[in-house]
Amino acid sequence: MKIHEYQAKEIFTRFHVPIPKGEVAETPHQARQIAESIGGSAWVVKAQIHAGGRGKGGGVKLAKSLDEVESLAKAILGMNLVTPQTGPEGRVVRKVLVGEASKIKQELYAAILFDRTISNPVLIASAAGGVDIEEVAARTPGKIIRTPIDIRFGLGGHAARRTAFALGLSGKTALKAAALLTALYETFVKTDATLVEVNPLVVTEDGDVLALDAKMTFDDNALFRHPEIAEYRDLHEEEELEIEASKHDLNYIKLDGNVGCMVNGAGLAMATMDIIKLAGGEPANFLDVGGGASVERVSAAFRILMSDPNVKAVLINIFGGIVRCDRVAGGVIQALEQVKVDVPVVVRLEGTNAAEGARMLEEAPIKFGVARGLAEAAEKVTAALK
Amino acid sequence: MSILLDEESRVVVQGLTGKEGSFHAEQCIAYGTRIVAGVTPGKGGTTHLDRPVFDTVHEAVAKEGANVSLLFVPASVAADAILEAHDAGVPLAIVITEGIPTLDMARVQAVYRETPGRRWVGPNCPGVISPGKAKAGIMPGFIHQPGSIGVISRSGTLTYEAVKQLTDLGLGQSTCIGIGGDPVIGTRFLDALRLFAEDSDTEAIVMIGEIGGEDEENAAAWIRENGFSKPVVGFIAGRTAPPGRRMGHAGAIISGGKGTAAAKMEAMRSAGIHVCDSPAEIGATMKRVLGR
Repeated sequence: MKIHEYQAKEIFTRFHVPIPKGEVAETPHQARQIAESIGGSAWVVKAQIHAGGRGKGGGVKLAKSLDEVESLAKAILGMNLVTPQTGPEGRVVRKVLVGEASKIKQELYAAILFDRTISNPVLIASAAGGVDIEEVAARTPGKIIRTPIDIRFGLGGHAARRTAFALGLSGKTALKAAALLTALYETFVKTDATLVEVNPLVVTEDGDVLALDAKMTFDDNALFRHPEIAEYRDLHEEEELEIEASKHDLNYIKLDGNVGCMVNGAGLAMATMDIIKLAGGEPANFLDVGGGASVERVSAAFRILMSDPNVKAVLINIFGGIVRCDRVAGGVIQALEQVKVDVPVVVRLEGTNAAEGARMLEEAPIKFGVARGLAEAAEKVTAALK
Repeated sequence: MSILLDEESRVVVQGLTGKEGSFHAEQCIAYGTRIVAGVTPGKGGTTHLDRPVFDTVHEAVAKEGANVSLLFVPASVAADAILEAHDAGVPLAIVITEGIPTLDMARVQAVYRETPGRRWVGPNCPGVISPGKAKAGIMPGFIHQPGSIGVISRSGTLTYEAVKQLTDLGLGQSTCIGIGGDPVIGTRFLDALRLFAEDSDTEAIVMIGEIGGEDEENAAAWIRENGFSKPVVGFIAGRTAPPGRRMGHAGAIISGGKGTAAAKMEAMRSAGIHVCDSPAEIGATMKRVLGR
């Protein structure tokens, strides 16, 4: 699960990761009030959307007066922000974070993420902060400092200090940075995060070390023990059809193609998308209906597929292992009585009672394309597009 | 022969009395697996499916000689249950449970890594089957056939698809291992390959991977460096999967261009693995490679 920067900073505060003063606003007037209460003479107004690259899209601005804070907030709130990560359609900005403008001496990078190769978290740091870190990694990998962390012991003070010194920091500033990194690790491990990223991590002219930005993503499997984080979910940031799918426990990801697919099992669902592409079609989605493929789930899945106007044909691919194919066929037939489907549907059932399932589909009042093999299914559904 | 599991294996089911555990254990028993006990804390002293139920795995080991644990324990307490199997000295734990927090699994991994001779498979996997001998998992037994092909896969139903193709072409299997689709798994491609390398009855291997992580690349590198003599047929699911839907921004630093289907297929091909473009060609490719 993703959250907004202002939410990540709320979590940072809870774990004593220092951040600049700031608060979130939903109106220009509120933005002005926040700036006023922070004081000082310069403020940053930052659009709150889940995608990165906000500055490049014009969603992060510096204000030199309270009037400017208000006018910038007015311009950013409600704008459709397009960044390299949003895609051309962009995202509507509903909130802005108003914060004090820090006097930056140096910009660094720090992140903690889970490294599956070593099955442990890793601290990534770089003295090249404030820029696209992937580019740094690709062009100058020597500038990336990688510190693996043993999950049982956490990030030791010594390891955090070594990283801070390796970043080129010294004296009290280095110790402050090390303390921040330790706090960042606590934030990561106590919230079951998959990523905590600070870019930039700044050293101010006063010698303070602050998380100027904050990005966090979380392990969905662990949200059950973090209800306070689950509440941060912002449905505005999610695809409407994906929200609907999640209500029915369907694992659905919308794509841009024309062949809707409904498959049981994630691996088979991906493989089905791949074979549709090989046959000359374009998958419209990833959809795992789960093992059971009950009438309710198949109906819900059809409703979601049919809400996507790009879908010109549907391929159902079910491998009935424990679940019997004749039951799945019955479910598909019943679901099609409940949901209006006006595109060709090709069904491929394999496994227990597959022949019986295929016979039921062939005899049903609704016309199906019935396929035996995976390749035949892909060919039939792409042929139906023409 | 086979690996990990055979007709001599004495299986204890953790979570035997639950709905999932009960249903699948019954299927395993019907397949011929020696399920010797169940463990459900608080239900010790009862029987279920004609098997004794114990409060702890330790008791199941002491009284029934269990040497494989099959876990159907809810995700929120699964890591603790795996550690119980470890603590009781069970050499092999097969974890079917889906949705276990990643950091829980990292802690389990840290413990297992330091204990040679103890292994776990999964989580979020269909389990292990040695066709004709025993099945410890949720896969449909009837699609399998005893034979000499080893199957290693991160997927569930896609594995069934591949196995069905093999069986339909008369290519039976020695052992099929679902290694699981989670970021932290107990037995990786490389571990399973090493086991199959030493199994004289396994003649060739099918390796079914998917996007994410670097386990396929690591297995391919090992094959390349060690001159693995058994033919391997591979498939990677997810060539059409959108990037960035699961991986965090900084994750790309570590993977550095790896983790995509294209990179995995390339790594596998360079190691001499026969990579299929289409998931419908897995069985046929194996048949061709074996010259049958």
